[in-house]
Amino acid sequence: MPAADPIAAAVAAGGDKQTALKAKDFKTDQEVRWCPGCGDYVILNAVQSFLPSLGIAREDMVIVSGIGCSSRFPYYMNTYGMHSIHGRAPAIATGLAASRPDLSVWVVTGDGDALSIGGNHLIHTLRRNVNLTILLFNNRIYGLTKGQYSPTSEIGKVTKSTPMGSLDHPFNPISLALGADATFVGRAMDSDRKGLTEVLRQAAEHQGTSLVEIYQNCNIFNDGAFDLLKDPATGAQWSIPLVHGQPLVFGPDGGACVVRDEFGGLRIAETNQVDAAQIVVHDAHREDPSYAFALSRLSHQDLRYTPMGVFRSVQKPVYERMMADQLEDARAEQPADLGALLSGNDNWVVA
Amino acid sequence: MTGTIPAGTPAPGGVNDEVSSAPGGLVKDVVALDRVVIRLAGDSGDGMQLTGNRFTSETASFGNDLSTLPNFPAEIRAPTGTLPGVSSFQLHFADHDIMTPGDAPDVLVVMNPAALKANLVDLPGGGLLIADSDEFTPRNLAKVGYATNPLEDGSLEGWQLVAVPLTSMTTDALSGSGLGKKEAERSKNMFTLGLLSWMYHRPTEGTVRFLERQFRKKPEIAAANIAAFRAGFNYGETTEAFAVSYEIKPAPMAPGRYRNISGNQALSYGLVAAGQRSGLPVFLGAYPITPASDILHELSKHKSFGVRTFQAEDEIAGIGAALGASFGGALGITTTSGPGVALKAETIGLAVMTELPLVIVDVQRGGPSTGLPTKTEQSDLLQAMFGRNGEAPVPVVAPRSPGDCFDAAIEAARIALTYRTPVILLSDGYLANGAEPWAIPDVDSLPDLRVEFTTEPNGSAEDGTEGQFLPYLRDPETLARPWAVPGTAGLQHRIGGLEKADKTGNISYDAANHDFMVRTRQAKIDGIAASLPATEVDDPNGDARVAVIGWGSTYGPIGAACRRIRRSGRSIAQVHLRHLNPLPADLGEILARYDRVVCPEMNLGQMAMLLRAKYLIDVESHTQVRGLPFRAAELAAVLQDVIDAGAAPAGAATTGGHA
Repeated sequence: MPAADPIAAAVAAGGDKQTALKAKDFKTDQEVRWCPGCGDYVILNAVQSFLPSLGIAREDMVIVSGIGCSSRFPYYMNTYGMHSIHGRAPAIATGLAASRPDLSVWVVTGDGDALSIGGNHLIHTLRRNVNLTILLFNNRIYGLTKGQYSPTSEIGKVTKSTPMGSLDHPFNPISLALGADATFVGRAMDSDRKGLTEVLRQAAEHQGTSLVEIYQNCNIFNDGAFDLLKDPATGAQWSIPLVHGQPLVFGPDGGACVVRDEFGGLRIAETNQVDAAQIVVHDAHREDPSYAFALSRLSHQDLRYTPMGVFRSVQKPVYERMMADQLEDARAEQPADLGALLSGNDNWVVA
Repeated sequence: MTGTIPAGTPAPGGVNDEVSSAPGGLVKDVVALDRVVIRLAGDSGDGMQLTGNRFTSETASFGNDLSTLPNFPAEIRAPTGTLPGVSSFQLHFADHDIMTPGDAPDVLVVMNPAALKANLVDLPGGGLLIADSDEFTPRNLAKVGYATNPLEDGSLEGWQLVAVPLTSMTTDALSGSGLGKKEAERSKNMFTLGLLSWMYHRPTEGTVRFLERQFRKKPEIAAANIAAFRAGFNYGETTEAFAVSYEIKPAPMAPGRYRNISGNQALSYGLVAAGQRSGLPVFLGAYPITPASDILHELSKHKSFGVRTFQAEDEIAGIGAALGASFGGALGITTTSGPGVALKAETIGLAVMTELPLVIVDVQRGGPSTGLPTKTEQSDLLQAMFGRNGEAPVPVVAPRSPGDCFDAAIEAARIALTYRTPVILLSDGYLANGAEPWAIPDVDSLPDLRVEFTTEPNGSAEDGTEGQFLPYLRDPETLARPWAVPGTAGLQHRIGGLEKADKTGNISYDAANHDFMVRTRQAKIDGIAASLPATEVDDPNGDARVAVIGWGSTYGPIGAACRRIRRSGRSIAQVHLRHLNPLPADLGEILARYDRVVCPEMNLGQMAMLLRAKYLIDVESHTQVRGLPFRAAELAAVLQDVIDAGAAPAGAATTGGHA
């Protein structure tokens, strides 16, 4: 009979795993082919700089992507990787993670890839809580097909396919993920190395599906889409930093804050108009997702009042662990015996 | 009761199909038969499939050769008593080797007027017709348009009608059981099974054990069903309605251990066996679809074999997850039917490009679109061959009988693992639900499917740097690329759907490279033919001028038709294909030997078209798309006409559709 576990044998034969790594160890020899000035470069650099801190060997990481500008990401990472089909990366990554719980599996996707053609796979992956880290690069435009509106484009967006303005109401990816009961949901800005790294760190450490929406500037087809939040003059006014355990106070001089409204949701208030006790203290670990959902609804299509950071981080059983447990339970109950299976209960002998 | 069968009446069953011997002599009131075809028909809620399966199990354990044809509506419960709600189960069993579930029943059991109306057309004159007279109420008769009761109006004079109050006899038998009337009535299928078990001398212990097992948690239901079953048996023994019973001796079979098996079950076991023989974990990604879902159900039971089953959100996720698992070193499998294959096409293309092993099971059903979900057809062949964008060759393997699904599944896995390619396994609804005795294979005799994962660098970079891993450096013999699983240090690599540079697998838009890679992927699949055994030609007389070629589930009907032809003193050669892509290397030369070649298919001539295109041979197509298998007698008539018309091909004559 074949070896008990050829995969484990192959991994062992591959030799020692190196976990003391530097950013350059994650670079490949492939020329990076995004447009000069693309936000993807910044994200790539941030990821490569941050990964060594996780202490995971390169060979134990797999990055699966779909189709689109962001989905070229795996080619530039010296890990295992698959550049797959439009929208399908979460499904492919699910099969890989479910059968190989020893790996660190990442999905890199974009707003068109994850929320349009792949919307179904995204929500189902989130509800199953497969151990994946999903990086959703949101530039609110179709870049690779040269500039059509995307499912996160604001209403009225004028593009090649919507010369009179788009009619579609956009998805809020954070709300969508929380609606699917995602156990980890965060948001970061491509240019904010520190904030991005912190959200990525928490996402990578989370057991279960982590979704990180990364606002990413497409300087060719949607330049300046996030300037309201990036511009030092306006950024502080419209961004709400989420720090677990800290009151949700923001704006220049902490002039604005988040309080509960009369319907159980959240609203923005002026700090000096409310009691300090009324100001919501951020709790990312709340089991009930309605708080995180309410947070996600504070922002407007024009990006005013955009919470940045970790919305929700809760523990739930992880899909592949439960699957592995069922296999172990089944083995404990009845050891695998192919001969017995084929013979079945009702058979007869012809002499 | 309107009729009795006196001893000595023409036997229901006997010589008219795949006969090997004359009917046996009469021994008092037991008539020996060499074969019989029984069809049970009733409402979807009457438990006809269960009854048929039980009768099949009894028949299998008795040692007859057998073949079954379940036939049921796509609706779970169509309105009671209506024609669309009729469900039937046909079983052919014999004291000799048989190949089909039988063209027409010798015995028809109908549980209501709708079942009579839907099935009587298939019962030859003189056949035995058993009807549950209790259900022939004015209301039920009106539902299907009978103005008068056919059991009483003389319209069934051409058949041997036995009207039996099956329902009321069942409730009478269960009067002391404490069950309500409605609940007691539900056991009428077991009463009927008991009666048939008496009529055909079936062993009954298995059914009793089955009922005890099935209703372990509801002992009163188990007891009621067993009581009804025994009451039916005893009724047969004591009533004057049936003056004779029938004996069909066990069929001579090669020594060995046998069991009864359906196609979907055999296919599932083949996949489990492929996992065991390769040592790889099996990962099934699937979305429920008729008639393939039973494979998902079956594989879900075998977690102890390391089989992971993932019920995905859709067909695309099913195959996507399977491909992801293959990337990780598993034997990735997805199971579906025609509409699902359409949805999976893009991912099959990715598997072609990434050159990862993957088994795609297509249990074909009637099409196009949703078509006939519970009926059989062979119309996905061209979809399997070509249903993808670009030049995306995929090996295609087809089983020929329910038991053969086991071997075909192992063969599909062998090709996938050896050549690092997606493989399509083309079963169909008839194979999936049909059953036959199966010689249980010795585990050690199954093929060794071990694979070698690459664990070391295998080449050098273009600049001469040694110690590189080249994910598209091919095995010179198979042209398969190395399979290095994530987790293996130093072999990190990226694959994907964009065109690859030869050897390095890096993205390449180079014109010459693309041309080379397209041809190389095709050559890899074409090269599989070298691993195939010589094609078997069945021509016992050795002088046939006409060959019949088929693939898949038509094996039984074609084989039965060939036997008829040969019994009539004519010669015919039969070739049946396991490998549809690539076709066997010797096939062109074989077909060229014959004056005429006929290809019967349950489509409009898809294989015939491929054969004509590839070999420039004037293959004549005979087609049928009725959602049911061919009838052996009809096929034999078609083949006989071809033979009798002489050697010269009569133009490009085709029957029943385009070629």
